[in-house]
Amino acid sequence: MEKIRALIVDDSSVMRKIVERSLRQAGIDLAQVREAGNGAEALAILGEDSVDLILCDINMPVMDGLEFVRQLQAMDAAKRAPVVMITTEGSESHVVQALSLGARGYIRKPFTPDQVKEHVIPVLEQ
Amino acid sequence: MNSASEVSVAAQGRESWLPLLQLAATEVFEIMLGTKLEPVIETSALPACEITSMVGLAGQLCGVLTLRCDFATAALMASKMLGVEPQQADPQLWDATGEICNMVAGNFKNKLTGLSDKCMLSVPTVISGGDYTFHLLADAGTIEILMMFENHPIVIALEVHS
Repeated sequence: MEKIRALIVDDSSVMRKIVERSLRQAGIDLAQVREAGNGAEALAILGEDSVDLILCDINMPVMDGLEFVRQLQAMDAAKRAPVVMITTEGSESHVVQALSLGARGYIRKPFTPDQVKEHVIPVLEQ
Repeated sequence: MNSASEVSVAAQGRESWLPLLQLAATEVFEIMLGTKLEPVIETSALPACEITSMVGLAGQLCGVLTLRCDFATAALMASKMLGVEPQQADPQLWDATGEICNMVAGNFKNKLTGLSDKCMLSVPTVISGGDYTFHLLADAGTIEILMMFENHPIVIALEVHS
């Protein structure tokens, strides 16, 4: 698998670091990791840069993860990297809503590196 | 996290919530911090309340979930999460305890089948310092657990509205 550029979107800086560490522990070779504290910051980053994978929380201030995924679909195809949601919101309706808006995977917190691998690798291989 | 321990809110009363809250907390600490929480035998182990993390619940279940501990314990939690020394984790301890509280709340509500879809979580709030009084308009009681994290006491409480 090629080196990938990842964007991690979470209002917790601790959780952003844990997600990055989990990606590396899952054997994903990261060329670059960008971080955003909410959906609006993530859209701003994608306005000037491209990434290969987006890991995104749902419950965030300013712009939540579901609204971010919805607005991401309006961006150029080159900017629409696959999104995997990583969130404490584990309800069926959230999963269905996220996937219907365009997310490609869904991981519930708390999560292990193995669960990250299980959900992220297939998305990168598509 | 889904598990065989999921129970129906309708099928089980609130007396079943205490072990579920313990299980939810234990899973979060094991998975995210690599540490086993131990039940407290000595009730004299109540922690100094220097850090209080709170997550609100709204919907079919309304209330607040809190996690209370002292500064040293919060720093240790952050260090375990980040894999660094406690001194290095100091600037992150509010963020870390807020996120732990958030995951415990989410894991707990996901164990109550039928509730997950009907209950939303707030983003976490963290208070430092213990010189305050908590006035919650909860009128349906409190479920509180006291557990030991690396020999440090922590209190996790769910204040419930009717």
